[in-house]
Amino acid sequence: MAEPMKIRAKLEGDVLDVRVLMAHPMETGQRKDGAGNLVPLHFIQTITAQLNGKPVFQADTSQAISRNPVFGFRLKGAKAGDKLSITWTDNKGDKRTDEIVVGAA
Amino acid sequence: MTRALALCAAAAFIAALPVPPAAGQSKPPAVERDATTEEFEKFRAVLEADNPAELFEVKGEELWKTPRGPKNASLAACDLGLGPGVVKGAYVQLPRYFADTGKVMDAERRIVHCMVTLQGFDAAALAKQPFSTETRTPDPVALTTFVAGQSRGMKIAPPQSLPQERAAFALGREIFFYRAGSYDFSCASCHGEDGKRIRTQQLPNLTRPEQAIRGYQGWPGYRMTGGVMHTLQWRLNDCFRQQRFPEPEYLSDSLTALLTYLAVNAKGQVYKGPGIKR
Repeated sequence: MAEPMKIRAKLEGDVLDVRVLMAHPMETGQRKDGAGNLVPLHFIQTITAQLNGKPVFQADTSQAISRNPVFGFRLKGAKAGDKLSITWTDNKGDKRTDEIVVGAA
Repeated sequence: MTRALALCAAAAFIAALPVPPAAGQSKPPAVERDATTEEFEKFRAVLEADNPAELFEVKGEELWKTPRGPKNASLAACDLGLGPGVVKGAYVQLPRYFADTGKVMDAERRIVHCMVTLQGFDAAALAKQPFSTETRTPDPVALTTFVAGQSRGMKIAPPQSLPQERAAFALGREIFFYRAGSYDFSCASCHGEDGKRIRTQQLPNLTRPEQAIRGYQGWPGYRMTGGVMHTLQWRLNDCFRQQRFPEPEYLSDSLTALLTYLAVNAKGQVYKGPGIKR
């Protein structure tokens, strides 16, 4: 179900500028479908980042974020060749992890 | 919806502001530019850096490479005009004539043809709901987005060497100027003169090369309203709906002809890849 994300990470000195595009419907629970029924709440609840297996970042997110969101943050102390993995988990328990090697793309 | 309304309100406000006089009158008079257009372009530039269309490119690539359908085949043998499996640069060289079908085909049409012949998908089923909704992106849309992304930064160069390709262009031109429907409209009513607009949206004159690119650029495009991915097949379908024409058939000869007309008019311009639309 969960579709791949697109992770972009650019090294500027020892600061890593990370931008992550995630494919997710991000339903607010307030929208109605064509038949007038409420579309159930469905949103990304947590986003975590790990650098070489070590947690470096966690965010608790709400339904106020748009569909197919982009998420950006800056990370200090990263270097080329590091493995950066991002995981999101949504309120239905669905999750997705993608990993990139810093400086490879 | 609220966001779209807020955006319209903001745009209307910007339009009401006085336009600063252009310094030195250096801009060509053919392409009218104003504050509203420039604001939209800034807005788009910010969003282009992280365009969700890329998610559909990734998905389309996966669909392209995975063995699927009743025949459990991938699209690796699909010939988009540059030989079986060659995707790079194919999008900007379409529509073109294909001897195996005896027809001129545009990108999406050719991709669907490959899905039907190579993978065994049912053409009628694919044509049933060909356009994206908030909850569903049809496979041909993601595949077309992937294929288009493989022509990023290349010049638009649809071939016109064969009589069939020239005939498609001629037919497309005829459709472009054909007035009919309850509004007595044609494509040219909105897109055949400089400086036309719908509300705050400036309309390119698609008969001129330097503006025709604006009809071709940015498609397939990610629409922020609703967060859906659309291709040129959808764009043209919606243009006909807005003109109150009967809905054109998905992947029909007429749409290919019209796309040929647009592509040839935009020839030589650089294609920037899948875009983002408000």
